[in-house]
Amino acid sequence: MTDDEIIDTINRALVKEFELDKKKMLSDAHLFDTLELDSLDMVDMVIVLENAFKFKITEEKEIREIRTLGDIHNFVIKKSNEIRKGS
Amino acid sequence: MEPRRVVITGMGAVSPFGQGSEIFYDSLVKGRSGIICHPDLASMEGVRSMVAGKVKNIDPMIIPRKFRRSMSDMSVYSVLACQEALSMAGIFPENYSNDNMGIVLGSTINSIDTFVNFFNDYFVNKNMENMRSTTFFKLMNHSCAFNVSQVFGLKGRVIAPSAACSTGCQTVGIGYEMIAFGKQDYMLCGGADEYHPFTTMSFDLINAASTSYNGSPSKTPRPFDRDRDGMVCSEGCGILLLETLESAKKRGAEILSEVIGFASTANPENIANPSAESLIECMKKALSDANISPHDVDYVNAHATGTIQGDIEESRAIYSVFGGGVPVSSLKGHIGHTMAASGSLELIASIHMLRKKEVIPTLNLENIDDLCKIVNFVQSLEKKEIKCVLKNNFALGGVNSCLIIRSCEHD
Repeated sequence: MTDDEIIDTINRALVKEFELDKKKMLSDAHLFDTLELDSLDMVDMVIVLENAFKFKITEEKEIREIRTLGDIHNFVIKKSNEIRKGS
Repeated sequence: MEPRRVVITGMGAVSPFGQGSEIFYDSLVKGRSGIICHPDLASMEGVRSMVAGKVKNIDPMIIPRKFRRSMSDMSVYSVLACQEALSMAGIFPENYSNDNMGIVLGSTINSIDTFVNFFNDYFVNKNMENMRSTTFFKLMNHSCAFNVSQVFGLKGRVIAPSAACSTGCQTVGIGYEMIAFGKQDYMLCGGADEYHPFTTMSFDLINAASTSYNGSPSKTPRPFDRDRDGMVCSEGCGILLLETLESAKKRGAEILSEVIGFASTANPENIANPSAESLIECMKKALSDANISPHDVDYVNAHATGTIQGDIEESRAIYSVFGGGVPVSSLKGHIGHTMAASGSLELIASIHMLRKKEVIPTLNLENIDDLCKIVNFVQSLEKKEIKCVLKNNFALGGVNSCLIIRSCEHD
């Protein structure tokens, strides 16, 4: 999966789960301020991402540092690369 | 403190006829049935009753996701019904102080569909990785009540009593007393339930569900009819907005009716079978609370679900209290038993009857059972001035409740 495909998969999964406006799915979109998600949504976001990419991220410390949609993209791309290299 | 007079200024309904109290009432007047043959029941081994009432033609998506994510169907029904009640009363967030507006809203059981999804993961998939953060919120016993309070920003009391079929009547009574004694200024009151075949199967098991009309669902239930064979489980939500007479007059709100009496009693003798003596006691207490006599009541809206014994006991009880003159009908022939919603939904219909000066007959009552014949059953739409209505609700677990409303005479 290319980086663009990862970003597309993330965006589509989050738009579907949280009924988000596709036009707002920009990398600098703040999850709380722009996309109006909250702490409960962050819990569900982890579940959605784990299902979409088939790897566990619940215990990852970096998840707590995520603020923007771009942070999610970068986190998942990095995680995918680590898994690919590991395998 | 002298009790304050309490009036109803808004009402909202979600029923098997769709969304809205006008659609609900119009369908009742036209003698429509909201009962269908339910495919899930028809395909289940060992089930004899295959009929049910299901809510249709609603749009949950009008509720913002932020709120909707913690709602099962019954909370969706509740929010839609409350929206209608508040709108009818002319109460909007920007023009009222929500500090002293509360809600008393309950359901019979939790959302079975939500439980099914959880236990499918738990027992079948043995995998909890798909469980969402809001699952628990959909299953809390006060789910309907808190969801409404969140959507409309209520800051008063949030109370969720549960007494099965008595819930909708009890909640209005509780709200009435809170306002009468100055504890709250506005209360949204009612009951809600969402349908799951579990309910039908439970009543089927105890021989209380209708089983002979699976091929002609609109012919059942048949309260008080010779050929009745049990109840039909259904779903929905009925909401009434209560406030003081003084507040309604000050706001210039249209007063739909006044709540004047309430009683709730228990029958500790049997958890499933109502007794006439127990029902008589409850109706008498409600009359006493309203400080009126039986001849002041112009119409009795019966609980009558269409069970063999329940309808006989209620007929005996009504005759004992009122004699054979007062008009009586049950609305469950149209919509089935909407469980926790039945008291408040049927109260909404009773308020419409009171205001439109007409009495709706019991649908499917074609041949009155000889053992029920002692009271005056309405058998066709009757134009009649009714000023005072007594509403009955009797629940599994032996919980009775009666509410009395009348046209508001405040000058």
